[in-house]
Amino acid sequence: MAELRMRDAIREALREEMLRDERVFLMGEDIGAYGGSYACTRGLLDEFGAERVRDTPISESVIVGAGVGAALAGFHPMVEIMTINFSLVAIDQIVNNASKLHYMSGGQVNVPLVLRMASGGGSQLGATHSHSFEGMFAHFPGLKVACPAFPADAKGLLKRAFRDPNPVVFIEHTALYGSRGEVPDDGDHLIEFGQASIVRPGADVTVVGYSGSVHQATRAADLLAEEHGLSAEVIDLRTLRPLDIGTVLESVRRTNRAVIVEDDWKFGGFGGELAAQIMEQAFDWLDAPVARVAGADVPMPYNRNLEFAALPSEEDVVEAVLAML
Amino acid sequence: MTSEVTMPQMGADMTEGTLVRWLKVVGDEVARGEVIAEIETDKATVELEAFEGGTLRQLVVDEGETVPVGEIIALLGDEGEPLPAVARKPAAETPARRAIDGAVASTDGSVAATGAPATGASATDAAELPAGRVRVSPVARRIASDAAVDLATVAGSGPDGRILRRDVEAAIEARDAAPPGAPTVAPTVGAAAPAAPPLPATETAPGAGPGSAPDRVDPLTRMRAAIARNMTESKQQQPHYYLTVDVDMTEAMAFRTAMNRVASDDQRVSVNDLIVKACALALGRHPKFNASLTDGGVQYHAEVDINIGIALDEGLIAPAVLDVTAKPLGRIAQETKALVERARAGRLRAEEYSRGTFTITNLGAYGIETLIGIINAGQAAILGVGSVMEQPAARDGEVVVRQLMKFALSADHRVSDGAEGARFLKEIQEILENPASLAL
Repeated sequence: MAELRMRDAIREALREEMLRDERVFLMGEDIGAYGGSYACTRGLLDEFGAERVRDTPISESVIVGAGVGAALAGFHPMVEIMTINFSLVAIDQIVNNASKLHYMSGGQVNVPLVLRMASGGGSQLGATHSHSFEGMFAHFPGLKVACPAFPADAKGLLKRAFRDPNPVVFIEHTALYGSRGEVPDDGDHLIEFGQASIVRPGADVTVVGYSGSVHQATRAADLLAEEHGLSAEVIDLRTLRPLDIGTVLESVRRTNRAVIVEDDWKFGGFGGELAAQIMEQAFDWLDAPVARVAGADVPMPYNRNLEFAALPSEEDVVEAVLAML
Repeated sequence: MTSEVTMPQMGADMTEGTLVRWLKVVGDEVARGEVIAEIETDKATVELEAFEGGTLRQLVVDEGETVPVGEIIALLGDEGEPLPAVARKPAAETPARRAIDGAVASTDGSVAATGAPATGASATDAAELPAGRVRVSPVARRIASDAAVDLATVAGSGPDGRILRRDVEAAIEARDAAPPGAPTVAPTVGAAAPAAPPLPATETAPGAGPGSAPDRVDPLTRMRAAIARNMTESKQQQPHYYLTVDVDMTEAMAFRTAMNRVASDDQRVSVNDLIVKACALALGRHPKFNASLTDGGVQYHAEVDINIGIALDEGLIAPAVLDVTAKPLGRIAQETKALVERARAGRLRAEEYSRGTFTITNLGAYGIETLIGIINAGQAAILGVGSVMEQPAARDGEVVVRQLMKFALSADHRVSDGAEGARFLKEIQEILENPASLAL
């Protein structure tokens, strides 16, 4: 074990996978000489050379398309899209090619493509550069979506992504790159997809988050314990596809209450899907309507105070919990 | 000027009411006679009309709250005048929410058009609950169902008065802790006690044999409690006398068949409708049975409003067909059908169950021969009727088969005497045995 920042855990996972499997190579904007916009690939160009760490033009559609082609040809490419916002430019390659070719070929071909992208707001990057699209990618059958909240999970899930025969969208929250945590240095540290983790056990309410929102949930649990004597169970979904609904249901059946926290917009969002599944499968255990705490229904404001207000806070989570009692 | 809206008394025996739903919000202009709320009484959900016009200034009572008759539930007045202070919970508002509401407002029209609803009205608005529905969380409902707890007896402590798991569990605990009617015998075994081993505390429910489940006690529903109150008052305060007579319904049944041959579906006449009409006619001539005993003496009611006992799953209700005297049979049939439907749906109007001057109770549909009723408290008499049965009867020295029906009159001896009761009952009998008068 070593204490690492999340960006270092990600780099370690990439490095270990490149050493393990020579079919793994990396493509992306500024990932080589510059070391990546979030420094996740720093040093890898020197270690593995320009054949396996490839800087690309600013053309996301081309990069993802090249990744799909390489994957079809037997490689295990990792394509870094600088931020999730630019995935919109490549959405046809992701949704129409990467996610569907296995199905459309009747299983004759696989697309073992790992698409990494940085997500989330909070950095005053304005309305077009502050998206949280985890839920959108989870919407498409054929894509797996991993979105870690802790360095150890980032490493274990990313290494697992390279073992998958079909595309994985791997989403990293920009606010978490610098967060620290104990990370196993074991080369076989894999975290299976579809396994949520109970970050903190509790009895009175289940608070579900993913990616950055796990941390609002955890801070809210602290406030609930300190100021209201309530014990909140915090669940980190870790992957949205496949979704570990079982862990959530088991928890809700104990606490009888659920709050879902996400940075994304509430309307038509992933929290709505999760709430519906809880309602469908644990209706008779609910003591209150499932609550959603989500981003405000506006394009992300640039103004610092407004951006802060538009993102869900731990106080919002506390308020949602108290409103159920 | 500020005027008070109070919990109205709808019916003589109403002592409290539940504010089911506000139909107006603070700031609304209310016209005199306009419906402002729905009130639930023991018997039905009714609409509350404003006695005066004005601006609704304050809702003193929350939806779901039960308050005594006469208590202030809202204040009407003019905008801007000072109000007597009654604390209300302010809507939760955080600085962040205020800020982002500002952000929405500052974006352009097209964004506001798609973005506004999410910061607008909440889907859990208390006003959305239909009348008569109780707010219960699913888990509370399940536990209550498993433990046979009547949710009507559980007070909700959650948001908008929702019954939560903790409320049902508290109700179960209270029930298990103190079973009413069971003697509170401490499970102590003294030296003189038989040498039986002491039972574990959980199996000491009195009356329960070894291994059998403890007695179940269901608290009274509001309807059950109202029936209990009404019947006890009647039996304790109104000395009853009883008269029975056989009524030959053969002609009346033929008359009914003939009528129904020409009646539209909603005017099809039942046997009970014939009896209602017959009673209305007889009551006109025997006003002592359409009366009430008051402090001032016997009050003769100008109008004949006949209550009809209707069995419901949850109890019994006796709404009235109003002002029967002038109504033809077809109209009585039509109104009675509608009354039964509304009673079953819990949608009776206040005047239908709060009024009534005479009651008919009929168990004919159950094959009962004789039904001797208890007077509806405050009235002077009740007529109990059984089934129409084919029976041998002596007519002009011959035994013939006739369709007979047993009528039992229970009357308040303070108001009338037996001979008067006999004449009244005879009158009903004669009308039904000569049914042409029913068509008049």
